[in-house]
Amino acid sequence: MARLMGLTGNEAIAYAVKQCNVDVVAAYPITPQTIMVEVISEYVHNGEINAEFICVESEHSAMSACVGASLTGARVFTATASQGLALMHEMLYIASGLRCPIVMGVANRALSAPINIHGDHSDMMGSRDCGWIQIYAENAQEAYDWIIQAFKIAEDPRVLLPVSVNIDGFILSHSMEGVSVLDDEDVLSFLPPRKPVITVDPDKPITVGALCLPDYYFEIKFQQIQALKEAYNVIREVNREYEKLTGRRYDFVDSYAMDDADAAIVCLGSTAGTAKAVARWLRSEGKKVGVVKPWVYRPFPEEELIKALGDVKALAVLDKACSFGAPFNALCSDIIATLYRYGKDIKVFNCLYGLGGRDITPNDLKAIFNDALEIAKTGIVKEYMKFIGVRE
Amino acid sequence: MVRLHDLPVEELFTSGHRLCAGCGAGIIMRMTMKALRGPTIVVNATGCVEVSSTIYPYTSWKVSWVHVAFENAAAVASGIEAAYKAMRRRGAWDKHVDVIAIAGDGGTFDIGIQALSGALERGHDFLYICYDNEAYMNTGIQRSGATPHGAATTTSPAGKKIPGKPEFKKDLIGICAAHGIEYAATASPAYWSDYITKVRKGLEVNGPAVIHVFSPCPLGMRHDSSKSIEIARLAVQTRYWPVYEVERGKYKLNIKVPQPKPLIEFLKMQERFRHLFQPEFQHELEALQRWVDDNWRRITALCGETT
Ligand SMILES: Cc1ncc(C[n+]2csc(CCOP(=O)(O)OP(=O)(O)O)c2C)c(N)n1
Ligand code: SF4
Ligand SMILES: [Mg+2]
Repeated sequence: MARLMGLTGNEAIAYAVKQCNVDVVAAYPITPQTIMVEVISEYVHNGEINAEFICVESEHSAMSACVGASLTGARVFTATASQGLALMHEMLYIASGLRCPIVMGVANRALSAPINIHGDHSDMMGSRDCGWIQIYAENAQEAYDWIIQAFKIAEDPRVLLPVSVNIDGFILSHSMEGVSVLDDEDVLSFLPPRKPVITVDPDKPITVGALCLPDYYFEIKFQQIQALKEAYNVIREVNREYEKLTGRRYDFVDSYAMDDADAAIVCLGSTAGTAKAVARWLRSEGKKVGVVKPWVYRPFPEEELIKALGDVKALAVLDKACSFGAPFNALCSDIIATLYRYGKDIKVFNCLYGLGGRDITPNDLKAIFNDALEIAKTGIVKEYMKFIGVRE
Repeated sequence: MVRLHDLPVEELFTSGHRLCAGCGAGIIMRMTMKALRGPTIVVNATGCVEVSSTIYPYTSWKVSWVHVAFENAAAVASGIEAAYKAMRRRGAWDKHVDVIAIAGDGGTFDIGIQALSGALERGHDFLYICYDNEAYMNTGIQRSGATPHGAATTTSPAGKKIPGKPEFKKDLIGICAAHGIEYAATASPAYWSDYITKVRKGLEVNGPAVIHVFSPCPLGMRHDSSKSIEIARLAVQTRYWPVYEVERGKYKLNIKVPQPKPLIEFLKMQERFRHLFQPEFQHELEALQRWVDDNWRRITALCGETT
């Protein structure tokens, strides 16, 4: 029987990790993620989970220890944010390259300088090409649900890739919500103990992490590319199985009011919640707007996005991280590339918002929708890049 | 002390690797494998041993071996050790596994010192071996915190004004022992029985242990490749490389050197010191000699020896 608990995003993730019976957690504190490691430490110190908690001396060592642990066949979790994720950067590529199904909670936060503890997506976007499966949750419930699914996706023998589950710093990490949690037994039946394919078992010696020169490196990376493609099918399967268990339907893309929409906002994470509320409000005024939120950012769900966008005429793509000097920011670049690939002539403009935790208000979103509607009508994009709420 | 006929015949570090002829590190790896006592996983930091022994799809290792990166061998070992602990508790694993982290001086003294310190402080049950060839050899002989005073490397060249490395070597064992670990020791491959005994001792310790072993390097120290063991012996006999161990804080000198050979015998065999023999750099030679004397006095005093 499911129960309702009042949990912050951090606590929801920690609770899910507990129910997933992890073996090793290696993590280092950083705002706004710290509570995840504190709560998990409490579980360990109260004997509520079997896990070894490695209080590492840095995030670099956190991910290094996770890689080592994962190679033994253990179930492994870590959590971080911002500078911590940046410090891990080198290890992120190694975790995916060595095919370690580690799950990581990220409470997204801005990157220094200037130092800022509030939420934006600079941290994960800075590592978006690291070969991890990347998921963005809209609220604490989604964070809880995705963590449980993440282990199943990551550890699937067809995938064997690490997964990051992202929650907006403070907005989700620190806000308490009602979260429907599963019984431990239900989680266990959905997610049995990890069955590793190959491990460093000393009785069957193997060499892991050998030097690969130009004669082999590319093939090994190609396998990784294919695994990420394969993850597509696995994610779908896991989503359906989880739906059977919980009644909650997850997918690559979450779409709201898109059936007959003329204009839409595409964004990640918690902003989608506000955007949906604003869309509902505009709909009541007869304006045909909708919201598309990729749950899964990597692998990028092109087909599902195209399906979700339907016959929309104009799109405002919201980015909460800056790709300095690039023609568009990350999410928008991916959307435009997808539209190009599918031969879709949808007008697109990019909104950079929320850097360093700057709020995006319902009025901001309303203005963005109205701009998009105007473009849907005229077919003319006057400004390809808007900066939302910044004093120039 | 182990005797020759006690050693297993089986080679767990096999030939076919691409270390240079006469490479001390290769000899050390082979000896290390002779000291194993059961299921073992080796974690190897980036460096000469790693790149030369596992060129895909080949490997020289007949034990499970993991390379993750340059600076984190101790952290990776932490994760492996912790994972087996947790899996044993839940009944998914039943064996004891020895974890040995192996890194060069760069991967230990410099970029890896933080991960090493963290792992020692946390008390993971693993053995850390630093093979010290006194420079970053894999990247082409750059100075490290382990490079001795005066030695020429590509980033501390024997210039007209600055003749080699101005700084002195770090006290690695002092740093490790200061963590309160149960066992730390230095060694030289010329004294193979002492080294192998120490590796076994380090494995038997419950908790972290560190071994710092001198590793001759024909390419980087620029010596004759047939003289590696001779140089490793001279390092000890000139008091350049004191061989001692620290057990629960207690220092013990393992190889006494009552009548040291002149340091220059050791230095002269290595081109990296050649410039020090120019008359204008005489004072540098003296500075290195002073460091050797002071270090020897300090270590022997800690060991309660009188020289
Ligand atoms: C983070 C990082 N910085 C730099 C390097 C380049 N690098 C590889 S091995 C090495 C030096 C290794 O020196 P040492 O640990 O003394 O081992 P040796 O090669 O001498 O055996 C360096 C600088 C790297 N691989 N990773
Ligand atoms: S450079 Fe030195 S340490 Fe590296 S393989 Fe050659 S001899 Fe060995
Ligand atoms: Mg070296």
